[in-house]
Amino acid sequence: MVDFWWSYAWPTLWIVIQILFLVVPLLIVVAYLTYAERKVIGLMQLRMGPNVVGPFGLLQPFADALKLMTKELIIPTGANRVVFLMAPMLTFVLAMVGWAVIPVSEGWVISDINVGVLYLFAISSLGVYGIIMAGWASNSKYPFLGALRSAAQMVSYEVSIGFVIITVLLAVGSLNLTDIVLAQKNLWFFIPLLPMFIVFVISALAETNRAPFDLPEAEAELVTGYNVEYSAMAFALFFLGEYANMVLMSGMTVILFLGGWLPPFDIAILNWIPGVVWFSLKVSLILFVFLWVRATLPRYRYDQLMRLGWKVFLPLSLGWVVITAGAIVLFGWYPGIVN
Amino acid sequence: MSEVAIKNLTLNFGPQHPAAHGVLRLVLEMDGEVVERADPHIGLLHRGTEKLIEYKTYLQAVPYFDRLDYVSPMCQEHAYALAVERLLGIEVPERGQYIRVLFSEITRILNHIMNLTTYALDVGAMTPLLWGFEERERMMEFYERVSGARLHAAYFRPGGVHQDLPPGLVEDIYDFCETYPKFLDDMETLLTENRIFKQRTVDIGVFTAEEAMDWGMTGPMLRASGVPWDLRKSQPYDVYDRMDFDVPVGKTGDCYARYLIRVEEMRQSLRIIKQCLDELPDGPVMTQNHKLTPPRRGEMKHSMEALIHHFKLYTEGYHVPAGETYTAVEAPKGEFGVYVVADGTNRPYKCKIRAPGFAFMQALAPLSKGHMLADVPAIIGSMDIVFGEVDR
Repeated sequence: MVDFWWSYAWPTLWIVIQILFLVVPLLIVVAYLTYAERKVIGLMQLRMGPNVVGPFGLLQPFADALKLMTKELIIPTGANRVVFLMAPMLTFVLAMVGWAVIPVSEGWVISDINVGVLYLFAISSLGVYGIIMAGWASNSKYPFLGALRSAAQMVSYEVSIGFVIITVLLAVGSLNLTDIVLAQKNLWFFIPLLPMFIVFVISALAETNRAPFDLPEAEAELVTGYNVEYSAMAFALFFLGEYANMVLMSGMTVILFLGGWLPPFDIAILNWIPGVVWFSLKVSLILFVFLWVRATLPRYRYDQLMRLGWKVFLPLSLGWVVITAGAIVLFGWYPGIVN
Repeated sequence: MSEVAIKNLTLNFGPQHPAAHGVLRLVLEMDGEVVERADPHIGLLHRGTEKLIEYKTYLQAVPYFDRLDYVSPMCQEHAYALAVERLLGIEVPERGQYIRVLFSEITRILNHIMNLTTYALDVGAMTPLLWGFEERERMMEFYERVSGARLHAAYFRPGGVHQDLPPGLVEDIYDFCETYPKFLDDMETLLTENRIFKQRTVDIGVFTAEEAMDWGMTGPMLRASGVPWDLRKSQPYDVYDRMDFDVPVGKTGDCYARYLIRVEEMRQSLRIIKQCLDELPDGPVMTQNHKLTPPRRGEMKHSMEALIHHFKLYTEGYHVPAGETYTAVEAPKGEFGVYVVADGTNRPYKCKIRAPGFAFMQALAPLSKGHMLADVPAIIGSMDIVFGEVDR
């Protein structure tokens, strides 16, 4: 019995505890991201944002959550019930499982696998299924168009994201996310790989369906796209999934280009601050950019978005893969060989 | 292999669509994302205004005009007031004319803010809307101070304007003119040179000058196509002939040109407003013929005649000599005309309203053909449609 406890039950329990320690703060972050979005955009638009529920409106996310949980879940008559209900769950779950490999500080990671980047890439590629299923299962025209757009969009931008990741991998020589961060000890990658950093941030906007690439949910033409028919908790799951994805993509940007949990300068005072604080600060910065862009820019049209993805970003990132690889070979900057 | 007929996707755009600008119902036949045919269905906001006016006295008909294009109420009252004045053969005192021009131009800015910012919202930029409404609110306050109502003012009446400007209003409007260009510049930084905005509007919904005239376009829709036609210049009413202003004319006739023209028109309107404020003469604001306009309240306390005038005016109204007129003004959206037939009684025999938006509506189909779904809101936005006047 004791044997069973130590070899099976406790490890499982420990993993569950670890997951809870990551997911609960993550959900709170997601909740407050919705608050931050409304507050930041509000201030940019010369208005207050939420300020009634609790001090400075800080309890607004909880009020929203309560409201959404108590609403009626409506399933349209023509909908495919199983797929209709699976879609939001899939979106939400995928947005959460990506976090399994994200190191928020040195060693603070649930699963430090060697192919962390590939895992993340796979998970974010699967995200499109949730939206396609939602659009198809709703059996309605606007969601269907939204889903089609979303599928095309996410697939297009994943290609360039893939090449951006390859350039980073060339510079690191490892697929492990912790190694990627540690390789940036002296120089964060956004300096040598600046164009790739920009391509990545913009692709991240497209990948998470955020403005100016929020075509799948473009309210001006598609009302809100794939989630038109959803209500109550099913809608909330989409919403949470979208915001968790934003945080995930920001986390990825930070790990790949902004040195993860490392402080900006390798000096003692800055090193005393825990890595998780640096990580959160950097993620917040990227998230702020997400919100800022939304308040500023109009929305792309579908074909323009495709053109940008395939005719601008793809050649650019492909070219940079070649240049980076060429430079590494030419100057002998092989990663892993410390000179 | 057997042939398979591919059915186009039919999409019901509206009437409860966020980009439909009210109650537009548009049935789109689409080939994927490309619009093959756009079929606007109107009438969801029909209130029978023209018929109702036939059962009201000439004065009671004024408020109906506020409710046509509820974004630019005073310009429509202006058309009606001018028409009735023409039938009656009366002149409005100069101060009244200046105030009418002043408020027509405030209305123009009011309308263009609403149009440009919702247009920007339709292509996805939401910030201009909230900035714009801040400024719009200031102008609504001018409306309120002068007429008591923020929206449905019923301020321009046959014979002049209802009341004189309250003290301090002239200075406040002047202050507004000084600060407003700042907002315009801010808004332009977000839109005019924004690449995404240009990509969404340049070469979208193009009308050549000839097509624009064939389809009955007026106002910015016509001027964007390069036709320098503005009723304020070509057949000036009230004191527009004394005003010094330019009429912006576009070249390309696309959605972007319409945007640019409206921005420039706002700047020109500011010029006119300033001139009105500078030159504003003293004197009465309404015709002093008390058969047609109400007497002063103080007068009614001691003058039997004034009391009778007041009573007759607000019960029976005045009789307009038989005749007919088509009078049009340059409303912010385009040529807004009223065709009034008087039969010598106190009520119009017929009042036909020519709303610019109605003509724009029919052009939606040729403009949006072959464009993508996302361009349809941009085209609707650039046409500046308000359903109050389309459906009447």
